[in-house]
Amino acid sequence: MLTKRTGLKLATAFAALMITGTAHAAEKLRLLTWADYAPKEVVDQFTKETGIEVEITLSNNEEMISKLRATQGAGFDLVQPSQDRIAGPQTEFGIYKPLDLSKLKSDLFIASMLEATKKNTTIDGKVYGVPHIWGTDGLIVNTKLAPKVADYNDLCDPALAGKTSFRSKRPALIAFAFANGMDPFASYGDAKAYAAMMDKVGAKLAECKKTVKFFWDGKDQLLNALRSGEVVAAMAWDTGGWKLNTESADIKFIAPKSGALGWVDTFAIPAKGRNDDAAYKWINFNMRPEIAAKVAAAAGNFTASNGADKLMQGKLKDQFAESFPKAAIDNIKWYPAVPAGIEEIEGKVLDRLKAGS
Amino acid sequence: MSRKPAQSLTLFLLLAPAVLWLGVLIVLPHVEILVLSFSERVAPRVYAFGFGNYLEFFTEPLYWRTFARTAIMSILVTAITLVLAFPIALYIARVAQGRMKAMLLLLCLLPFWVSELVRTLGWMMLLRETGVISYMLQAIGVTDQRTEFLYNDGAVILGLVYGGLLFMIVPLANALESLDPSVVEAGFDLGGSRWTVLRRIVIPHAMPGIVAGSIIVFMLTVGNFATPVLLGGKNGLWFTEQIYAQFITRFNWPQGAAFGMLLLLLSSAIVWAGLRLTGQSLGTTLKQA
Repeated sequence: MLTKRTGLKLATAFAALMITGTAHAAEKLRLLTWADYAPKEVVDQFTKETGIEVEITLSNNEEMISKLRATQGAGFDLVQPSQDRIAGPQTEFGIYKPLDLSKLKSDLFIASMLEATKKNTTIDGKVYGVPHIWGTDGLIVNTKLAPKVADYNDLCDPALAGKTSFRSKRPALIAFAFANGMDPFASYGDAKAYAAMMDKVGAKLAECKKTVKFFWDGKDQLLNALRSGEVVAAMAWDTGGWKLNTESADIKFIAPKSGALGWVDTFAIPAKGRNDDAAYKWINFNMRPEIAAKVAAAAGNFTASNGADKLMQGKLKDQFAESFPKAAIDNIKWYPAVPAGIEEIEGKVLDRLKAGS
Repeated sequence: MSRKPAQSLTLFLLLAPAVLWLGVLIVLPHVEILVLSFSERVAPRVYAFGFGNYLEFFTEPLYWRTFARTAIMSILVTAITLVLAFPIALYIARVAQGRMKAMLLLLCLLPFWVSELVRTLGWMMLLRETGVISYMLQAIGVTDQRTEFLYNDGAVILGLVYGGLLFMIVPLANALESLDPSVVEAGFDLGGSRWTVLRRIVIPHAMPGIVAGSIIVFMLTVGNFATPVLLGGKNGLWFTEQIYAQFITRFNWPQGAAFGMLLLLLSSAIVWAGLRLTGQSLGTTLKQA
């Protein structure tokens, strides 16, 4: 069903293809990233400055790893997995190549965050990731309809039956472990102890399931349910909470008593990336404070770029200050690198959670 | 003499696309999945041959229960689809004439011009707590608060039956079309009631169509992914979700491959059992489909 206009567009696109095809194919950066991490404005500016076109594919942590694994690290030139999901998959599948840190302008990064990320993504003395965007997992709460929710365990409050939600993924296991007095990160190295701990958490979640409306999967699905009041409290990312807070003041992002979970999304280069130069250019370009501020505003999160916070809009800063008093910031639990094998243990607990009634 | 090689060349050329399609896109990937399913992870990047992935399915109740649940619900869906489709197919094949018949078939086909995902999202809009049906019930005063119809097994069955109807109606209508009206009349003349005629003449005649439709609907249902994921609830894990989880979120390809092979084998076994029970052979059934 071609309309005239799309027909025309197709024809021009085709003609353009012929011309570039015969002349010289424009240099291209194939970027595998999260939604909102590469806003159009920023991409256009990059293309204007460098002449490199950016081809964007949107994904999440698991799909990024699976996609790269399927091709042994080919198909993309730059990817953005979370910092804790690099060392394990790299050991297991060898899908990334070490970064050449001399090509990166390290003073563009917040020094402490750069060091922490480097440490977490180092295998055999080689660094595989540098930080880009960071944020937290915590509670989005409709404070009018569910005023008492302050920690993950409150999602299991029978008074809220059928009105809460979380993802049936690993952050839920980690969160409920902390909320019930355990420290999962301390047991990362001890598979047996970790399995025992996850069984306990699994039992807790199985009980909690009675009050859950659904395990959310897509961000939009959850935000819609929170907007309509079908869900009144959920474990979710801060950015979603602040977005809803802008629309309706009753909905707030709360740092849970037992600690919000801190994540950092990185830049990493796939093992068979074809255009490393473009990848380093994109990273340096993105870490410039004025660019980082634009990306952070689009994603609704914070950036590892040094100095970008001064350029951020006031609203997000205020929301962050309201959600995170000083003590809550200190209480953020930052994910350490996930060792290989841990996810199998978690996987079974999650499978049981979803299958059992 | 010279015609023969030319003939066989024609035959070869005519068959080539189908053979390529089957070989490259179906047989080859399945062989690879089969090989993959027999590898076990020993250490990072070290895999060994073994049956562990299959043993896991039978020893871990979680997995075979999920499969059993999926199979039973799929059989239920197939049965409901058959009951709903039979009168429609009978009407299209025996009562409707000419343009009316074409119209009716087109009406059945129409929803399939839209992708499965969109149709499922449509159901979500109807069934959700703040959706159309819940709103209507409140408006006419049947309920005084919002009702949630989504995220349960009923919603999944509804969605799957809706998706399977067409694939049941077409083979059924095909089978019923060839039924000689004089046989039915003879049945009535000999004093048979409507029920007797239906049971002893119409249904036996339509049997190949019934079996063909049931096989298609069952296979489509048991292998469906989007509908159970979107409409299903926190308790309803479909077996295909289990396969997706192994491949994508657990990075455990060998396990996922083993589950994939098991799904193929076990659902084929169920179809085979169904054929044996109804006394149909695959050959006559395929002619109907």
